[in-house]
Amino acid sequence: MNAQSISSKRRKRLTKEQWLLLAIAAGFMAYIFAFNYVPIAGWILSFFKYKPSYGLDFSNQVFVGLDNFAKLWRERDELIRVLKNTIILSSLSLLCSPLPMLLAIMFSEIKNKTFLRVAQTVTTFPNFISWIIIYGVCFTVFSNNGVWAKLSYFFTGKKQVMGFLSNPDTAYVFHTLLEQWKVLGWNSIIYCAAIAGIDASLYEAAQIDGANRIMQIWHITIPELMNTFLVLFLLSISSLLSSGFDHYFVFYNPMVADKLLVLDLWTYRLGISQGDYSFSIAAGIMRTMVSLVLLFSMNAISRKVRGNTIV
Amino acid sequence: MKKRKNSILITRDEKLLRIISYLFVVVYVVICFYPFWNVFVNSIANKEESVRGVYFFPKAPTIKVYRDLLFDGSFLRSVGISFSRTVLSTVGCLVFSAMFAFLITQENLPYRKFIYRFAIITMYVSGGIIPWYLVMKAYGLYNTFFVYVVPNLLGVYYCILIKTYIESLPPSLIEAAKIDGAGFVTVFFKIVLPLSKPILATVALYQAVGQWNAYQDNYLLVQDQALQTVQMTLYNYIHNAESVAKAMQQAAMSGADITELAKNAANATTADTVRNATTVMSMLPIMMVYPFLQKYFAKGIMMGAVKG
Repeated sequence: MNAQSISSKRRKRLTKEQWLLLAIAAGFMAYIFAFNYVPIAGWILSFFKYKPSYGLDFSNQVFVGLDNFAKLWRERDELIRVLKNTIILSSLSLLCSPLPMLLAIMFSEIKNKTFLRVAQTVTTFPNFISWIIIYGVCFTVFSNNGVWAKLSYFFTGKKQVMGFLSNPDTAYVFHTLLEQWKVLGWNSIIYCAAIAGIDASLYEAAQIDGANRIMQIWHITIPELMNTFLVLFLLSISSLLSSGFDHYFVFYNPMVADKLLVLDLWTYRLGISQGDYSFSIAAGIMRTMVSLVLLFSMNAISRKVRGNTIV
Repeated sequence: MKKRKNSILITRDEKLLRIISYLFVVVYVVICFYPFWNVFVNSIANKEESVRGVYFFPKAPTIKVYRDLLFDGSFLRSVGISFSRTVLSTVGCLVFSAMFAFLITQENLPYRKFIYRFAIITMYVSGGIIPWYLVMKAYGLYNTFFVYVVPNLLGVYYCILIKTYIESLPPSLIEAAKIDGAGFVTVFFKIVLPLSKPILATVALYQAVGQWNAYQDNYLLVQDQALQTVQMTLYNYIHNAESVAKAMQQAAMSGADITELAKNAANATTADTVRNATTVMSMLPIMMVYPFLQKYFAKGIMMGAVKG
């Protein structure tokens, strides 16, 4: 029906109003084209050995075909190391994905409204603070004479030798916990909304059947939240390769380089720090392709399991 | 009999559940709050106290370092830069995103579906950071203030949120205006914008926080010291806290009235206090608005649950 109406419209001449709308739309499309599509066109540079000094003068740029992609394979040791970090860090956050749901259930057990509001305000706040500020906070809290060092000295009697920020052995776990600390409160909000939306008559019926609070949570709340959980879980699987660039960019230092060099950070450093733009773009393209495949697969899984797509 | 026994057990379980919930939430609240408090306390503590241990409030607080920061030209300038970029790109992004969203809801817009998809695709495929960097340079945005604003004038995700909201408005309001002969632009500014205030408030908050926190454009594309943002200044201060503190001490000493008091106060400006005070100052704007506007932030995530 829609197609029909469009084709019948197209046969008619456009009205003045429609021309105006088209003109405005063209302006927006030009903007989107300039700032989103032109960078994608920049992928062409991955077929060259791009030298910034020649700029867009392609007669001087050396065409190398797929060599930059072949280089990814030739230098796969590096790639594998980086992928390992990315996947370990992403998997650790995937493991934490039920936490926001549990926190929301705990929030729903709190009957004091004022306390609940204060608690939600305080726990969602870190999500809106930049990673640079978090870095500043960590610098103070985890430094050798910071609170953490003092508390652990108090409890274990051992002086801190190496802070978390420069300790490669604890890097994976520390940064996963740090990330969870930042986003947990905020991520629980969507579950809080879902809990508020659960039909109250379900609980009433369960109460009449003699179900206690814990049984109600187990048999009503959690199953009702499963749909939301599944959507968010599948979405985070599809972004498996994009583990927080900002986070690791700020916390990256030579001591923990082996653990925190994730794919996005590596791609970035190849280009900006090492100046190998073409190779960096090739790596970026591969990452985008894999991410898209992941997204489509998760979409397909979602259609099968939930009968509805996620994007 | 069995039933009664059961119900006693039940209440005990429920009590336990409630106690665990309160306990966990309280602990999480403390670990969300204390680090920030600790940074604040360390920014106003003097040297001896800051190494002493865990405490809730220093015995002899001094705000000397904040005064130094406020007299530190480069910090103040970076606040100005961050503030103007935040205001400009928030207002711009709000107007343009809302206009595009409204445009997409216009059924007599030819090629509507195509235009919408053209925008949506960019949410899933992006060129990546290096092409983006090269393109911004090619556009002449390198080392200019415009690089903070011009690329941030449209948020496709915001467009989806606003579009969903506009579609939920009663169509009669917009139709009535059109019958009265008002064109697209008039209807947009006179009717759609005022009616969309709730969603615009939410989008404005997200954009403003994002812009205040942004540093990548600064890090990659702006070398000019006069154009540094707060985040970048903080990043540099964290790494060079020692030298910044020394410079500030010297500035304080070279002042006209070098009294004994001023000299002592200058000692309060250490690498630690500078780092901590800058951290506090950088999050101050968010800290001031967040508690009052939290519900608008929460609204955004709920509306984000709808698909584009």
